[in-house]
Amino acid sequence: MLASLSRRAILAIYAVIIIIPLTVVAFGSFKSTQELFAGPFSLPHSLSPDNFAEVVGGQNLGNSFINSAIVTGISVPLTLFLASLAGYAVSRLKGFMSWAIFGFLVLGMAIPAQANMVPLYVLFGRLGLLDSLAGLILANVVSTLPIAVFILGGFMRTLPKELYEASSIDGSGPWKTYSSIALPLSAPSIAAAAIFLFVIHWNELLYPLLFIQSPGNRTLPLALLSFQGEFQTNYPLLFAGVTLASLPVVVAYVFLQRYFVAGITAGASKG
Amino acid sequence: MSIHPGTAAKHKAPDSQAAANAPKVRRRSPTRVNPALYLFPLPAVAVIAFFLVMPTLQAFQYAITDWNGFSAAFNYVGLDNFIRAFTNDSLFTNALTNNLKFVLLVVIAQTFFSLILALLLTKNSRGSILLRALFFFPTILSSVSVAFIWKFIYDPNFGLANSVLRTVGVDGGAYLGNDAQALYWVAVTQVWFHSGQMMVVYIAGLQAIPRELYEAAEMDGANKWQQFKSITWPFVAPATSIVVAYTTVQSFKAFDLILGIAGNPPKSSLDILSTRIYSTFANSEFGYAAAQSIIFMAMIALVTWLQRRLLRLTPKGE
Repeated sequence: MLASLSRRAILAIYAVIIIIPLTVVAFGSFKSTQELFAGPFSLPHSLSPDNFAEVVGGQNLGNSFINSAIVTGISVPLTLFLASLAGYAVSRLKGFMSWAIFGFLVLGMAIPAQANMVPLYVLFGRLGLLDSLAGLILANVVSTLPIAVFILGGFMRTLPKELYEASSIDGSGPWKTYSSIALPLSAPSIAAAAIFLFVIHWNELLYPLLFIQSPGNRTLPLALLSFQGEFQTNYPLLFAGVTLASLPVVVAYVFLQRYFVAGITAGASKG
Repeated sequence: MSIHPGTAAKHKAPDSQAAANAPKVRRRSPTRVNPALYLFPLPAVAVIAFFLVMPTLQAFQYAITDWNGFSAAFNYVGLDNFIRAFTNDSLFTNALTNNLKFVLLVVIAQTFFSLILALLLTKNSRGSILLRALFFFPTILSSVSVAFIWKFIYDPNFGLANSVLRTVGVDGGAYLGNDAQALYWVAVTQVWFHSGQMMVVYIAGLQAIPRELYEAAEMDGANKWQQFKSITWPFVAPATSIVVAYTTVQSFKAFDLILGIAGNPPKSSLDILSTRIYSTFANSEFGYAAAQSIIFMAMIALVTWLQRRLLRLTPKGE
């Protein structure tokens, strides 16, 4: 009785600690600074979109939103495509070669992004990839490819070999077997990896900070960070930015919650 | 967490079996590997070799130079950069100390806290599932967003924490403005940010424990604490190794959160290795930044290795 009461108390307190800040931010993005400071918990007087209009227009957050959508929209499928090709090959090749390719690709998980940022910056400079969305996409793909190969390759190894063999006997080449057997059967792990990558790429800050110079090429997290300097305590404006930047992941989370947990914990337990 | 689940064993077994059985089985070779299969991993291998492995190796080369990133000329200075970092750069040693303190705080707090949440939410009731979804939620937000949310909570004048404290007549603190405490408050934020994720790892571990063990223990008259000590804890040991290792790496790399909450560059009480490397880089000291990043990588590897040695968390009897 007492145990169940204290269990409920702990859970309730922590739920409040999660919910309150999020509600204050969501409500706050519709308030004026005075209204926010007068009563952070109160409902906004009106659902006026002024703050949003200002961050989208004046602060160029709309443009950053589009940049983020482009970068994430290309980075995620591209990473998945390269990782699934590699994962498929690893699951079908045998012995040393399979082990060596998998090991080489997965070893990259041990290298933190800060470790090679200086040479990568120099290399991107030589290739003309600085200050471009293409450079960001490439950096995203490189940084998450190892773990994507780990997740997809690990899953594809568990697929029954007989299916592949049956497909070869039917006269399918490796490409056909990959696209019509391996890919559809790997859908659960691809979905998990896709969500994991979506969260990482959408929220990525270090690479934009390193590579992007012109405001027109900023992605959302970088644009938000630059807010901080300009609007030290204009919290309603910061909150409108936070709300806008979080919207796609939040909407996806509400509908695909189960897959998020599967994806991000696959990253956690294997990373 | 073996990197490559049983490759060697898998491929040896059929061979020896075939040899033991009959030569006839051996002659019928299994489906041959199509050479075209080697083309499949090629793009991934090329991308990783060119943009990940090569730059990492190059970092070792830059680290022994005084290159500023722009001029064509530079000198090889041997280990000078490494010596400078440890003996003659209080900014670096400060960041190193802060980082180790931060990692220690977050790892202890987050491991403990996420285990408690998991224990309270193991049962698959509707309420538990809802709360799990809620507690997991912060993990999907961007670090910059989380940083702004907590900057507002900690704001000494207008902030959430102090306005709540004021209503009950207590004077609030300066939080991030107090250099002696700032790192602790960011650690709190980091725990809020990622505990839900680690909770889910623990729940997966907890749900694998056979119910019968608890029933048997209860029949033997074991109390809750004894049950936890001799059943739950040994069984969640592997999950603990994962949580500790992942939290370590995550808190070493709290770069985004620090920049968001403290500004760029952060003040010295909140400077950690990754932000220091970035500042050195932004200051055009490419050679020195590369040396710092190698120290950073070595530090993560060392701490992870130490944890493995010290914790040796494997289930009893295995």
